[in-house]
Amino acid sequence: MSTKAIHAIYDDDQVLVSAAKKIHAAGIHVKEVFTPFPVHGLPEALHVPRTRLAICSFIYGTTACSLACLAIWYFMISDWPMDVGGKPNRTLYHNIPAFIPPIFEFTVFCSAHLMFWTLLFRSWILPGVTPKNPDPRTTDDKFLVWIETNDTDKVSRLLKETGASEIKIV
Amino acid sequence: MFKEASIREPLILGDKISYHQITEDVARPIESKANKLWWACFTIAVLAMLWGFGCLAYTVGTGIGAWGANKTVGWAWDITNFVWWIGIGHAGTLISAVLLLFRQKWRMGINRSAEAMTIFAVVCAALFPVFHMGRVWLAYWVMPIPNQFGSLWVNFNSPLLWDVFAISTYFTVSVIFWYLGLIPDFAMIRDRAKVAGDKMNEMIYRVLSFGWSGRVKDWVRFEEVSLVLAGLSTPLVFSVHSIVSMDFATSIVPGWHTTIFPPYFVAGAIFSGFAMVLTLVLIMRKVLGLENYVTVKHVEYMNIIIMLTGSLVGIAYLTELFISWYSGVEYESYAFINRFSGPYWWAYWSMMTCNVVSPQLFWFKKIRTNLMATFILSLVVNTGMWFERFVIIVTSLHRDYLPSSWTMYTPTWIEVGIFVGTIGFFFTAFLTFARVFPVIAQSELKTIMKSSSKMYKNKPDNHHH
Repeated sequence: MSTKAIHAIYDDDQVLVSAAKKIHAAGIHVKEVFTPFPVHGLPEALHVPRTRLAICSFIYGTTACSLACLAIWYFMISDWPMDVGGKPNRTLYHNIPAFIPPIFEFTVFCSAHLMFWTLLFRSWILPGVTPKNPDPRTTDDKFLVWIETNDTDKVSRLLKETGASEIKIV
Repeated sequence: MFKEASIREPLILGDKISYHQITEDVARPIESKANKLWWACFTIAVLAMLWGFGCLAYTVGTGIGAWGANKTVGWAWDITNFVWWIGIGHAGTLISAVLLLFRQKWRMGINRSAEAMTIFAVVCAALFPVFHMGRVWLAYWVMPIPNQFGSLWVNFNSPLLWDVFAISTYFTVSVIFWYLGLIPDFAMIRDRAKVAGDKMNEMIYRVLSFGWSGRVKDWVRFEEVSLVLAGLSTPLVFSVHSIVSMDFATSIVPGWHTTIFPPYFVAGAIFSGFAMVLTLVLIMRKVLGLENYVTVKHVEYMNIIIMLTGSLVGIAYLTELFISWYSGVEYESYAFINRFSGPYWWAYWSMMTCNVVSPQLFWFKKIRTNLMATFILSLVVNTGMWFERFVIIVTSLHRDYLPSSWTMYTPTWIEVGIFVGTIGFFFTAFLTFARVFPVIAQSELKTIMKSSSKMYKNKPDNHHH
């Protein structure tokens, strides 16, 4: 028996969430769900693990902050100390209050941009990528559940019971 | 599912609202042809922009001497416009970042256009200091780049350099924040073009949407990144205008050397930013038929923010005035006496009327829910905020410590032309945006349709809880 893909369309987000819970409870593996907007409760119903992107952002930020400190130490303390009215210029920790704004900005710059690009590469959403949603209506008002199974009859029946409005076997 | 209190006023109006209806309403301006009025506005804006380019070319060709700035008043028209535009550019990220952190749902009807406005305003702002450098082709010297001029680095002690970092960070982070939200909406336009068989649009929006398909995991990541970007952008918004204010506050010019400058400038920036959002959004909702999504309630919320920040600005003006007398510093008190009774008195009193008196009208609910009154007051506030920067910059400088160098400043037609040009660019960009981009964050808006729309709120099953 070969595996076949089932595309079930739902019309409502609340019906979709309760359906996802029932499908998960029946032990059927959901390959993918396409929705037009973030449906709250759906990731939990499908047991999608939490994303760790925020941790990445924190790492980028701390790295950028250290780099900025190091660079400014080199420019302003080590390589060419500037004497502005006799203000402290021999050690970084004495002079650092004046450097906090650029250090802060560089930290935000790197953590924001690198996190954005991490998201794009992690989810593979980049210019030129072919969209993967099988039905164009899923960016408008329809919700599509994609299941791969050997037993299409049993799964289709379950999907109908949970409120799917259309079922297509591909 | 989250239910909102039924006494809370709905944020989405209309009797036939559905997910598909939101899609239709947001896609309509992109899929239909522009009318004559749009083309007329666009033509005027482009002509103004070209005029500005001409004046810029003249400035580069002849030098900064083409401007009215002189030895005493070294910063004048250009820096006034720089601060004015950068202040306007504060509302977008404030709406999308700060209001996201505070879970204010009313941001969703206006955040996209406010962010677009922010980006265009920051471009206009950056143009002024860059051209004031004189030799614009050497503008990259503001970056700390290893060079052959001896060990010459940019001065990290200087607030002017902090500004370079602040504004470039603010601009680029605003762009990615804006673009991230646009990706799913571009995907919606792409899929509609696909169904309609419009090959050209499908290709364009396929590239713009980065192949977004709306998988569950993508949405989880999308929301996480939006939240973290909001967390990063919030201190960023406050830092940018604080740093702009330090361009003045760290100098020893009387009238500039004040510790209240950072919060005072930030309040003024939010004040003028919201006024510009209102100017644009009030026209946009009417022309694009988005009255159901940008409601009178949205306008009222923004007016309350204008009233609050306008009052903060007013307190700052009075504090400045009081301290200049109470400090007993003669130079400081003279600077302020000169502001309100010197040769530039008209600028000072325009500022006071427009920024302190006019927003107080919003205490009246009748006025803050009246769209025409709001529109007029938004223009008044923008004018007032322009005068504020002119007062701070020109009147503080024109009578410095050395009476023999006291002088007056008048802009040349070239400076005026550059300013008109930035307004032209701003409107050219915004008009293009309104026809090519989804002007409402529709995927976000769909998440609040069931909790905050009038139709769902009036449904009987909403009252069970």
